[in-house]
Amino acid sequence: MYGLINRAFQFFVRDSYGERAWLAVSGCAGVDPAGFEALELYEDDVTERMVTALSGVLRLPPSMLLEDFGTYLVSHPRHESLRRLLRFGGSSFLEFLYSLDDMPSRVRLVLPEFSIPELKLCREGGERFALYCDWPGDLMRPTVVGLLRGMADDYGALVLMDFPESGAGPIMIELLDGRFADGRSFALGARPT
Amino acid sequence: MKGQVPCFAHVSMPVRALNSLMPMHLWFSPLGEVLTAGPTLAKLAGKAAFSGMPFQEVLEVHRPFPVSDMAGLTTLEGERLGLRLYALPEHNLKGSVVVLPDGGAFLNLSLGLSVIEVVGRYRLTLRDFAPSELAVEMLYLVEAKTAVLEEYKRLNTRLKRAREQAEERAATDMLTGLRNRRALQTALNAAVNGAQPFGLMHVDLDYFKQVNDRLGHAAGDEVLQVVARILLDETRRSDTVARAGGDEFIILFLGLVDARQLLRIGRRIIAQLEEPIPFGEDTCRVSASIGMTLSTFYTHPDPRQMLKDADDALYEAKRAGRGQVRVVRI
Repeated sequence: MYGLINRAFQFFVRDSYGERAWLAVSGCAGVDPAGFEALELYEDDVTERMVTALSGVLRLPPSMLLEDFGTYLVSHPRHESLRRLLRFGGSSFLEFLYSLDDMPSRVRLVLPEFSIPELKLCREGGERFALYCDWPGDLMRPTVVGLLRGMADDYGALVLMDFPESGAGPIMIELLDGRFADGRSFALGARPT
Repeated sequence: MKGQVPCFAHVSMPVRALNSLMPMHLWFSPLGEVLTAGPTLAKLAGKAAFSGMPFQEVLEVHRPFPVSDMAGLTTLEGERLGLRLYALPEHNLKGSVVVLPDGGAFLNLSLGLSVIEVVGRYRLTLRDFAPSELAVEMLYLVEAKTAVLEEYKRLNTRLKRAREQAEERAATDMLTGLRNRRALQTALNAAVNGAQPFGLMHVDLDYFKQVNDRLGHAAGDEVLQVVARILLDETRRSDTVARAGGDEFIILFLGLVDARQLLRIGRRIIAQLEEPIPFGEDTCRVSASIGMTLSTFYTHPDPRQMLKDADDALYEAKRAGRGQVRVVRI
């Protein structure tokens, strides 16, 4: 796994809970408090150890923290470039949902060794969708859910989401209103220079 | 038996469909007037409505060769066109043309690489591009690539800094912060290769062993650090002050070959070193013997020979009763 994710998690801990929390987490997880090289590859369990450590420090369940992490990734100004790249997926939240199937290939286009879960969206009828997220362990689904919540806000869409805490069930998404709020602006040509 | 040939000649394409499939099309009548223009093109042209405008006021083809009228355009079927719209003069567009049965022409355009500037300038959105167009994917790639490149730039800066630090450490004596033997060797070779004159001083502490024996190594280390500070104080920034190991120091005075001045410096160093050095409740006292040589003594200065000669002079200074400076006799 690229250090990118680990470093994002480090920023998440620092931005949300402060430097002391990060020192505690890095200490518990046995990682360098200085952080990670974004484009270097790290062992997969590094991320897991940090999540477990944060969960221990804050006494909060990992799934809850990871949902916050997912939302943080697409809403914090520090990671504006990620939000923008995701907004290329479509001009509405519905289009964005449909673009999730392409997400892994989009990511590989830029970072060939960056593995992200294969996502498969199935329309269940009406505005209900099931998102299958093919990834071992229980860490990815809450992160994806948090990220989708963040993106729904970004598009100004009102959605309900539900997912099983463990096991292989899909994330259930109900799009109640695609234009519930104004959302945040996205201009194709406004890329940061 | 002849097969049935499907005939679509009677099927007409609604403008709505044209606009949605080819939002950057231009349809010219046989007379060369714009019949329809795609909505994205209209957006780019701003107020200038295309409808009814004559060909020569709308665009100019420059590849494969310059063309500025309908007659010329109809010869370009099947070619990859490079062209400019008068409404968008700074940007090169790409396109292709088909000649219609009635003598009109149908052009479909693309922004090509101009897309990167044009989208920002004209606030184009995802909806301004046909889903079959890869323009948006290209913008995505450009943005993603920029982000990755930024990351590499940051990494590069960090690596460069780390390398500089590593080089600094590799050339530094850890205890005193002076240059080490390797750094001295490099400086010596550079001076010799650069044919720069220089003076070389070999400084060896006197009575240092007694400090170590009496007060322990911590006191010895303290003394070495004080000595280092004195040597740096008594030399110029351009001189190389190195700890050659133990209680031996070597100083390279770049550009300084005045024996009398160097003798003065040597004596001043010894006087400074003889000042008592406090260590906790105790006081350490050391002195130094110095041997030196000058590159101007040699026709072809050789670092090894010079180090040996400075060492010989040092030995003489020791024999003469310590606390003295000797210049090598050649």
